[in-house]
Amino acid sequence: MAKIKSLADLRKMKEEAQSKIKLRENSANPEQVVQIKIGMATCGIASGAKETMKFFVEELEQEAIDAVVTQTGCMGYCYAEPTIEVTLPGKEPVVYGHVKKEKAREIIDSYIKRGELVDGIIPVSFKTIDD
Amino acid sequence: MTDYKMHLLICGGTGCKASESDEIKNRLTQLIHDLGLEDEVQVVLTGCFGFCEKGPIIKVLPDNTFYVQVTPNDVVEIVEEHIVKGRPVKRLLYTDPTSDEQISDSKGMDFYKKQIRIALKNCGFINPENIDEYIARDGYQALGKCLSEHTPEEVIKEIKDSGLRGRGGGGFPTGLKWEITKNVENEQKYVVCNADEGDPGAFMDRSILEGDPHSVLEAMAICGYCIGADKGLIYIRAEYPLAIQRLKIAIKQAEDYGLIGDDILGSGFNFRLELRYGAGAFVCGEETALIHSMEGLRGEPTFKPPFPSVSGYMGKPTNVNNVETFANIPVIINKGAEWFSKIGTEKSKGTKVFALAGKINNVGLIEVPMGTTLREVIYDIGGGIKDGKAFKAVQTGGPSGGCLTKDYLDLPIDYDNLLASGSMMGSGGMIVMDEDDCMVSIAKFYLDFTLEESCGKCTPCRVGNKRLYELLDKITRGKGEEQDVEKLKELSGVIKDTALCGLGQTSPNPVLSTITNFEHEYKAHVIDGKCPAGQCKSLLRYDIIEDLCTGCTLCFRNCPVGAISGERRQPHYIDQTLCIKCGVCYEKCKFNAITLT
Ligand SMILES: Cc1cc2nc3c(=O)[nH]c(=O)nc-3n(C[C@H](O)[C@H](O)[C@H](O)COP(=O)(O)O)c2cc1C
Ligand code: SF4
Ligand code: SF4
Ligand code: SF4
Ligand code: FES
Ligand code: FES
Repeated sequence: MAKIKSLADLRKMKEEAQSKIKLRENSANPEQVVQIKIGMATCGIASGAKETMKFFVEELEQEAIDAVVTQTGCMGYCYAEPTIEVTLPGKEPVVYGHVKKEKAREIIDSYIKRGELVDGIIPVSFKTIDD
Repeated sequence: MTDYKMHLLICGGTGCKASESDEIKNRLTQLIHDLGLEDEVQVVLTGCFGFCEKGPIIKVLPDNTFYVQVTPNDVVEIVEEHIVKGRPVKRLLYTDPTSDEQISDSKGMDFYKKQIRIALKNCGFINPENIDEYIARDGYQALGKCLSEHTPEEVIKEIKDSGLRGRGGGGFPTGLKWEITKNVENEQKYVVCNADEGDPGAFMDRSILEGDPHSVLEAMAICGYCIGADKGLIYIRAEYPLAIQRLKIAIKQAEDYGLIGDDILGSGFNFRLELRYGAGAFVCGEETALIHSMEGLRGEPTFKPPFPSVSGYMGKPTNVNNVETFANIPVIINKGAEWFSKIGTEKSKGTKVFALAGKINNVGLIEVPMGTTLREVIYDIGGGIKDGKAFKAVQTGGPSGGCLTKDYLDLPIDYDNLLASGSMMGSGGMIVMDEDDCMVSIAKFYLDFTLEESCGKCTPCRVGNKRLYELLDKITRGKGEEQDVEKLKELSGVIKDTALCGLGQTSPNPVLSTITNFEHEYKAHVIDGKCPAGQCKSLLRYDIIEDLCTGCTLCFRNCPVGAISGERRQPHYIDQTLCIKCGVCYEKCKFNAITLT
């Protein structure tokens, strides 16, 4: 292992090391970051929720947006899979249906980055148990 | 770089390791590898989560799902259901003892809600065997900042301003202690970390060393810089093998990075660390005894002054601090004295780690701001008394502390409040008792411990405690006389005033506080010959109620000592001189014909 020779070196090392546990930091304070829940039950997976999740994780990482992407069970919208729920810090959750890659791109660019709602919102008609 | 979508944190603390967390980790790693998910899911063995009673614990991130009492056989289901399909395994979730609801997100658990983690901030969060994870959490930044940007005086001022007091029991202001040691002129000085942790039931120091060893190393180096010491010694009990192993790994990694050793971060400051092992004698936690033990002498306390700050290890100025005290230092430097001093009460700043044990639903390690009330700790975090029983008392401060009754439940916990109410903070053991606990027996239990641990150097402690014990034993055996309670008080006073070290000076505390708060219970033993909690066997009496006895002979046939006699279909009779109070007859009788008084 190379020696760390100065405080500046140590700070640089911290930045690098931080990205490896960023997911843990973000999960510790989810209310301060963008939270995305992806419905990952049978129908979700069948209609491509896995790819959607991968896309979000990678794109948000690329664009250095602090986010927590989690999978959740059936949200009850089998007709609109893949479904995702996006919660921006300090806002109410919004559910989007039919989220494939293009839609995901649009959600990141418009809603997550600029806070502008995009088409495809599903009105929330239920409460989850952890509400 | 691998970009994990999920982290599985598995507790690698002593408690969880004892219940197969290593095996769980191995199976998980294997299964994740078999499924080709090793680039997506990271498996991390962390330090203790604090919720040891419900261990082994697995926490799944990013959703914060908290699994309790996991066994190696649950691994397949966790991977297939949760990791692959995103459905939490319900049966492994924690059930709230008050609402009976299952809670999946650890943030929703009462156990964690009221906690603020400073000393434990990395425990259960990072892999303690990986220095990079510590660095990612601001590790060694405080040391770097001190060495490059601040003079020792400035750092000491910061610690003084923070209001941090020693967490090892005495509560002495840490910054002041550093300043005193700094001001003693000497070429060679030492920093000692007291990791002896002998209080029955307390295990916070062990958990910190196992879960976040670097925080202690970093703080010791900062202390060395402040007081002008280039050598640090960690005195740890040999019964803590996992903590020792993690410390060794941490020291090696810090040395490899040049964060311990010569010319640290180009500052010209040198600091080396060594481990010293204790044999597990309680009195060796007392600082003068600890120093003698390190010098290869008998671990006996000596009179203070001189204080270790002036003449300690090898006669050199030595700064002794407790593990938890040290763990607070890097955070204070990083976040500032002002931030720290906003937490807590007027004279006790910051947080305190407590080991909650006894008749409580959530047993474990917790960290709360000073000033949290006993009620919040016992009912909110601790989830209340087990099996719906009534709260009777809480013992704080270990063998040197006292028992507090329900009248003290709303007492904000801090050093001064606890002392004023006849107990103390100590190192943070907190044992909750319910209606079934006999306070005389509790006092006897603690006295038995101190008696066993007395080094024998001075008469009040060696002989006085023995006499105290004998008196308590006499009372619990039903042979107590009324004047015995007075004798206990008198003798306690003498021991407190005349013993040489803290062990002897505090040993009568459990006796005195139980007499103060539960005198009626002592009286019941000596005057009425009864143990109200039904614990003291000699004072129990089993009798057969003639009217209810059908003469079924079941008790007669089961009594191990032949104390029961009687004809078939005739009321039976217990010979009290023969009965050994085993309770078998009481359990066997199907007609509730046997009473216990
Ligand atoms: C009998 C006895 C046992 C003690 N055991 C410990 C111990 O196990 N760990 C500890 O840190 N301090 C223990 N102490 C307190 C130490 O003597 C000393 O006050 C402490 O290490 C100072 O560090 P602090 O100022 O950081 O609390 C004990 C004191 C006495 C009298
Ligand atoms: S008070 Fe007890 S432990 Fe302390 S020096 Fe005296 S005999 Fe030893
Ligand atoms: S078991 Fe009960 S009912 Fe039967 S003989 Fe004994 S006391 Fe009487
Ligand atoms: S308590 Fe035990 S020893 Fe006493 S009478 Fe009952 S069975 Fe016999
Ligand atoms: S299974 Fe996907 S919404 Fe029902
Ligand atoms: S040892 Fe695992 S939670 Fe404490």
